[in-house]
Parts: sequence; structure tokens; C-alpha cells
Amino acid sequence: MARLARLDLSAADKERMRSELDGILTYIDKLRALDTRDVEPTSHAVPVTNVMRDDVERPSLPVQDMLANAPDAYREMFRVPKIIEE
Amino acid sequence: MAALAWLTAHELGARYRSGEATPTQAVTEYLGRIEALDPRLLAFLTVTREDALRRAAESDARFRAGTPHGPLDGVPIALKDVLCTRGIRTTCGSKILERFVPPYDATVVARLFAAGAILLGKLNMDEFAMGSSTEHSAFFTTRNPWDLARVPGGSSGGASAAVAAGLAALSLGTDTGGSIRQPAAFSGVLGMKPTYGRVSRYGLIAFASSLDQVGPLARDAEDAALLLGAIAGPDPMDSTAIDVPVPDYRATLGQGIEGLRLGVPAEYFIEGVDPEVEQAVRTAIATLEKLGARTVPVSLPHTEYGLAAYYVIAPAEASSNLARYDGVKYGLRVPGARDLIDMYSKTRAAGFGTEVKRRVMLGTYVLSAGYYDAYYGQAQKVRTLVRRDFDEAFAQVDLIVAPTTPGVAFKMGEKEDPIQMYLNDIFTIPVNLAGLPGISIPGGFTQAGLPIGLQLIAPAFDEATLLRAAHAYQTVTDWHTRRPPLDATTTVERTPR
Repeated sequence: MARLARLDLSAADKERMRSELDGILTYIDKLRALDTRDVEPTSHAVPVTNVMRDDVERPSLPVQDMLANAPDAYREMFRVPKIIEE
Repeated sequence: MAALAWLTAHELGARYRSGEATPTQAVTEYLGRIEALDPRLLAFLTVTREDALRRAAESDARFRAGTPHGPLDGVPIALKDVLCTRGIRTTCGSKILERFVPPYDATVVARLFAAGAILLGKLNMDEFAMGSSTEHSAFFTTRNPWDLARVPGGSSGGASAAVAAGLAALSLGTDTGGSIRQPAAFSGVLGMKPTYGRVSRYGLIAFASSLDQVGPLARDAEDAALLLGAIAGPDPMDSTAIDVPVPDYRATLGQGIEGLRLGVPAEYFIEGVDPEVEQAVRTAIATLEKLGARTVPVSLPHTEYGLAAYYVIAPAEASSNLARYDGVKYGLRVPGARDLIDMYSKTRAAGFGTEVKRRVMLGTYVLSAGYYDAYYGQAQKVRTLVRRDFDEAFAQVDLIVAPTTPGVAFKMGEKEDPIQMYLNDIFTIPVNLAGLPGISIPGGFTQAGLPIGLQLIAPAFDEATLLRAAHAYQTVTDWHTRRPPLDATTTVERTPR
């Protein structure tokens, strides 16, 4: 689960997390007591529909402003550790 | 002088218009109070002194010329550090965003600046708004102004403490499961979560997108009406900000509550509620009856399942929203990784605190193949049942009245167990699940002098009735005008985490 969540947890963290999540999941299990066979799910409480805007060109934020917070930038790019093997 | 900081925003505006005071005087006084008192309260993560004085001078000039922008012109505000402010560090209470400087303003921030409001600084919060005490802030714990050994509530605890202690006239917080109303109750101020969709969230750092909403913290209902009016309404940058007309909230405040039907839900007066809280809420209900409201018993039978449904839905959405903190575009990056995935995993492990990791793990689990239907699917169905409870109640009543929280502000370190911490929010979470507007107003004090919150809940988009009822209550009570005894001799340790 930690690998899926991209969290490099220490062994001690994992152990603690396991017992805490066990407790929380046991609490959450009370949801199973409800019969919901004929109930529709709610994803948003207020119906939200797609809002379309006119497809008009408009200025976006300057590239340099967007790169200003980057931990590692090169020219107009974000630099990351190597992904593809040589 | 030293009195401007205790005025409400509408009183301050009246002084500006009559020429009795200027925005620069008020801002200077507030900055002085922050310097003197915040070392003990620890509400602010960033103080924007130069920016505030510059904006104050501009506001002074508008009043001198007789052309102020409106009722919020010159009003000193501070914002929960979850709202993006252009050129001003926005941390979300997290190490992973410790040095993040947004390139744009959130829509609500832009609207407040356009209205002439003056930003004093950014306020502490639980990391990524996950918590009920500010103890999950990556930086420090904000203190409750009524008792510095206690928490101010959370996650908008910096906001509630600052407004309560006279360090900001108004503030904006965010409420995903009670994060405006619970700290308002603990700190003795008004806090309102508007209807889901009432206020734009563009530039709000997302936690749980189907629940998050921005709302005001203020000292009285009239100020909340002004602030909500300034920020509400549709936004081309947020498709979930619904195009429903925004009424003039201030215009209907004084209409009274004669004949208003008030629902009293049995499920909010249960064992486990502090007897002093229950007594105060029952007394407040009697006060509302004297003002002409009629009480009706109602039932919200799925209340006890709300918390469990929330702790599936909110972590699920958070695990997805927080995937963006990957050390690439902004925020922390841990060096020395073997490859890209290793860089993500080391960065996130170092940058997120324990509570955030716990919820990301929980969210990842409930969304994973094999568990999705049992947890996430079931929680969404239970959400429907919670929503239906409210629909049925609102067929009979105009508002629901209840405690905001089962107890009052607890001591720092008292709730070590995550579930004990989560139980604080049992009476606020159902309102988020149903997308409804809710308000917490000061409704009394315990024998020990700690504030008690009175919660009112309305049907979707009926914030006007909430504010009208709150205003009516505040015309005959004085809880909201009491000031915390910030003892000048007490000091606390600012221990960086």
C-alpha cells in the first residue's frame, strides 16, 4: 500500500500505520450494517454539471513564473531523475 | 487609541467613512497586536507587514477622495494558509510547501483585494487541513486564546484564534468536515460553511474536492454577511461554483425570526455530549423561541454513520488530490534518489506529516481493487442516506439547531488516538456530506470559561436565513462580544517541529 501511495515509510512507521489503520478500518466497518441495496451513490451533494466556456485563446501564466517554484528547472523544463534506461 | 482592533468590520467601516479613523491607523494597531501577542498565540505563519501598510495607504487615499470600494475597504483580514496568495508564501501547514510562492491569487483572495480588504498575513492550520486542533501543522500548534494550554480547534485554528484574540477583524477558512465551524466553536467566534458550490475554490489547495468549501470567520453575523457577500458567486475558473443568485445578506439580517420553524434533531443530543454544552444549546433554543421561532423535533437517523462515511470519502479524495506533490513542479524534493519513483517516495515521506500519510494510505486502501465497492461504493451510498435525512427534516423545518461539537476545546496532546480526534467532528461532518450551509455562533461558556458553539444548519443556498437567525440571536445575547483574557505574563514555547 505504501508503494502504491508513493510513500517511502520506515519499518517502524509501517508498523505504527498498520495498527492505526486497523483501528480506523474497524470503525469504518460499521457502514456494512446498513442495507444499501436500493440506494444510489452520491458523489457530489449538489448536482454538478460540466460548464463549457467559449473556446477563445487567452494568455496563460508566464513560463518563468511557473518554473519559479520548481526544485530543478532547465531552460523551459522541469528536470527529473532519469526515467528511461540507456 | 488601542480600540480599533476590537471593532467589527462594519463598525470599523463606519469610523473610516466618518473620518474618525483611517485604515493605516487600524492596520498599524493590528500589526502591533500581532507583534505583541502572536508570540504567545502562534496563529500566524507569515505576517505581510509591508504589503499591509502599502494597501492601507492606498485605502486611506480612497477614503480621503470619498471613493472607497465598499464596506470591506480598509478592513484588516488574515487568511488560512490554504488559500493561494500571489507572491506571498502559502504553506498549507506542510513542510512539502514550506517555500511555495503561488504565481496567482485564489478567486476569493482576488475578490477581497478588489473590495479593498487589507491582508495582515497567513494563518496556521493542520497540514493540508487534516485535523481538528492545529496539532498536525508541520510548524507549531496555535493556542486557544481563552486558555493557552488548550487547542483553538482546527483545521482553521489559526483563523479562529486570530479573530477571537483581536489579531484580525475577519478571516477566511475552509471546511471539509467541520474545519471552520469546530474551531469557531472552540475559539468563541462565528464560523460559517456556505453551501457546496456557493463560493469559488479556484486557488484553494484541494483536500477533498466533493466536500471542501471556503467560508468566513467573524465576530458577528453582520460581518459574516458582508464577507460572504464579497466572496460568493460563480467563477469562470471553477466549474463547481454554481450560478445561483447571491442575495444581499445584510439587507435581510434585521427581519427577525418570528414564525421560523427550528428542527431539533434527537441524534445530536446524545450520551457523550458534554452536559455544559447541552445545557447551553438548550438555553439558546429557548432564547430563539422567545424571539418567535417554533421548535419541532426532527430525526436524522443516519447521523452516527456520517463519520465512518467521511473517513472513506475524504481520504480517498485526498489520496488522489495529494498525488500532485511529487517533487517535480513545486515544493520539496529530496535529493539523491535512484530513479523517479524513488524520488517521489522519498520526497513524499519526508514532506508529509504523520496524519497526512495516514490519510493518504487509508485513501489508497479504500480505492484499491477488491476493496473499492465495500468501502468507497458503500460510503457514497451512505452519503445518500445522510442527505435524505436532511431532505426529510427540511420538509418540516426552516433550520436545524444543534451543538457544533460534543465538547469544548481540549488540552494540547489530549487526543493522541486518531479516532478520538475524529469524533470531534460527528456533528459537523453530516452537513458537509449533504453539501448544506452551516454556521457556528458563540452560544455560551462553560464554568471554566471556555466557549461553546451553537450550530445552525439550513437547506442548500439558504445562507440568508442562517445569518438572519444568527443576527437575531446576537441582538439579545452578548457571548460574541466577550474578549479572551490574553494574559500578558504568560509565555509559550515556539518549538519548531
